[in-house]
Amino acid sequence: MLGYIAKRLISAVPVLFGLSVIVFAIMALIPGDPATAILGAYATPENVERINRDLGLDRSLPEQYFAWITNVLQGDFGRSFRLNRPVLDEILERYSATLVLAGTSLVICSILGLLAGIVSAVRQFGWADRIITFFVLIGISMPAFWLGLLLILVFAVQWRLLPASGMYAIYGGGDLPDLLRHMILPATTLAVVATGVIARLTRAAMLEVLRQDFVRTARAKGLDERTVIYKHAFKAAFVSVIPVIGIQAGFVLGGAVYIETVFQWPGIGQMLVNAISTRDILLVQGGVLFVAASYVLFNLAADVFQALLDPRLKS
Amino acid sequence: MKNLLAGVAIAALLAASPASAQTPPNVLVVGQIAEPQSLDPHVATAVNDFRIAVNVYDGLVRYADGTLEVEPSLATDWEVSEDGLVYTFTLRDDVTFHDGTPFNAEAVKFNFDRMLDESHPFYETGPFPLSFNFDSVEEVNVIDEFTVEFVHSEPFAPFLSNLAYPTGLIVSPAAVEEFGEDYGRNPVGTGPYQFVEWASNTRVVVERNADYWDGAPELEAVVFRPITDANTRVAEMLSGGIDVLVEVPADNVGTFEADANFTVHEQAGPHVWYVMLNAAEGPFSDVRVRQAANYAVNKEALVDDILQGTATVSDSPIPPAFNWAYNEDLEPYPYDPEMARELLAEAGAEGAEVTFYVTEGGSGMLDPITMGTAIQADLEAAGFEVNIETYEWNTFLGLVNAGLEDQADMAQMAWMTNDPDTLPFLTLRTEAWPDAGGFNSSYYSNEEVDELLNAARTATDQDERAELYKEMQAIVFEDAPWIFVANWQQGAVTSSAVENFELQPSFLLQLGDVTKR
Repeated sequence: MLGYIAKRLISAVPVLFGLSVIVFAIMALIPGDPATAILGAYATPENVERINRDLGLDRSLPEQYFAWITNVLQGDFGRSFRLNRPVLDEILERYSATLVLAGTSLVICSILGLLAGIVSAVRQFGWADRIITFFVLIGISMPAFWLGLLLILVFAVQWRLLPASGMYAIYGGGDLPDLLRHMILPATTLAVVATGVIARLTRAAMLEVLRQDFVRTARAKGLDERTVIYKHAFKAAFVSVIPVIGIQAGFVLGGAVYIETVFQWPGIGQMLVNAISTRDILLVQGGVLFVAASYVLFNLAADVFQALLDPRLKS
Repeated sequence: MKNLLAGVAIAALLAASPASAQTPPNVLVVGQIAEPQSLDPHVATAVNDFRIAVNVYDGLVRYADGTLEVEPSLATDWEVSEDGLVYTFTLRDDVTFHDGTPFNAEAVKFNFDRMLDESHPFYETGPFPLSFNFDSVEEVNVIDEFTVEFVHSEPFAPFLSNLAYPTGLIVSPAAVEEFGEDYGRNPVGTGPYQFVEWASNTRVVVERNADYWDGAPELEAVVFRPITDANTRVAEMLSGGIDVLVEVPADNVGTFEADANFTVHEQAGPHVWYVMLNAAEGPFSDVRVRQAANYAVNKEALVDDILQGTATVSDSPIPPAFNWAYNEDLEPYPYDPEMARELLAEAGAEGAEVTFYVTEGGSGMLDPITMGTAIQADLEAAGFEVNIETYEWNTFLGLVNAGLEDQADMAQMAWMTNDPDTLPFLTLRTEAWPDAGGFNSSYYSNEEVDELLNAARTATDQDERAELYKEMQAIVFEDAPWIFVANWQQGAVTSSAVENFELQPSFLLQLGDVTKR
């Protein structure tokens, strides 16, 4: 197992490396440059040249990339020229905010998705199944940012029950209940689509399993239905749902980009959006590398977990 | 299931806890449009950053309340030499920076040397993108502890108003030495509020400077919150999460006006929104076609319907906010499609096909896509064939600043400036064509205008400058190098608890006198 993990981790290195080259190339190829972004209307060729010189952007692209990758390998991600602080400080701060939000969201969508999927499968074509399917389809089809705005309007503006945006109260606050109160709306919004996807796939997997011989055997043994479904059928179906949850973890991380913008959550998604539009190349590079690395890790974790649960996959 | 229920119960409990969205008493929470980039006023370039900076720092001079005219601040008095080359300032002798170090002539010299002298030990704490505002400054000399002189290489009339702009704010030399390249996150000035905390992407907090030389503020603190999404910003205002909302989206102004819990503030500012017309080639090289475009566009409809009254119709490269320099005799081109068609026929340019560069949005661009399509429709109704090409802001700037030649016939643009000189000087002179390093991307050229602008820049007497500008505006109006469209009125909303809040024509946000019940 350890060998497998090591192999997977090593195979991730070229992926991340290739990714950094692609991101760097894209940032270099898209029109508009950091100096123009800084100067706005005042971007005369003369001013642009001065800023480029000050930022070290007057060197050739391979030179710039090589300087960057050399520093990264030594743990130095450079300074964000836009935020005037080290890239790594910014990323770690933002990344932890995203993890808190995405993690909570993942827990919500896993629990709700699995439950809904099981109930749906067990009561196939029954009322419960129809109602769940109805809501799941709405959840999957609804644009999440729109749902987010709607929730803000209802819970923050109309009823004034929850804060409209931010991670902590702006003055004072900062404790766990404060964080939870701020998290309810964005985490729910972020969870909706993933819940739908997990519910659909759990339903399909459960239906598949429920038709198999061992379930019939379990029922024939006279086990009560609860035990058959949760102990036997679900356990088998769960194995095939795990990788989906792994992929959803990546999805939730990606979805955080716009949910964070809507709810002004100080996470890495929002950071990346700002960094791209201001051509803050080092921040984009560092941020993408982090997100990509976590995507790889989530999928690896899902695979390992699946292998641990399913003896057939252990070899 | 039990756990789930418990979770729901906890959530309900949390939601029920009172006063979720109330801002704290005597602390003003301002909803900003973005995270600041730097609180070093010499590094910052965005109005969004300046809104914080002007409350932490003072300059040698400042704009008098409600105007764009310069009055004393850290300098009590100044003299300009006959030839307009030497400015000598007498400084206040009772001011200390928030870190306790004294404000004096040495500090002023440090500030400008850091920005302008590449060999200065702290030049590396830049870049200083707007330092070209002071390019004419040759040297800064300390005469005595509270007297400092600026020697210029050539007379430069906008110097004083540039000093009043945030690029001229005075930072603490001791703090720059202490924090180096991190100074922008640890700002120290002399202003009404002193910096407390910058929590990344969450808030910037400043608190009352009890020893402020110009009278300490009543507010205990001001919190600046970045909320990038306009809808969320409005929702925060409606739910009571912020006390002040700046840059109110045009569509929401009505909502706030109708609600007694809010006060809407509006203030015309030094902003011009226009469409530049390529005078070097194509149909717009004929002045009649340029005038036709001005007659063809219904600017009233643009400002009333699309911008919902958050702007006024413009007729000059100098916005009316510079009241001393603006030519009151000008009247905007009326909406007259008939006249436009006649002029087009006269010029033999009926059905002229033109390419129109439009941006998705950018600093001061208001609602560019909607405005662009409305302009397109108006021009087509008058007999033009208009093809719109839309670009993201940075891409757009790159294309337009390089010059429209061989690319496009017209392009949107907007400027916010601090002196009437800036916009015409950078965009209308022959010497400001893109290959000469200026922003005259549409190649307008008129010798008379060139001479007037050069003369106005070197004249030190304000009345004389005003005459020159007015003459220039009359000529430019006739030559119609642009479709003159709009002057934006910036808007802000405050909750009813906020008092003494006033927007300034400079677009800066002075909060020293604001109180909150």
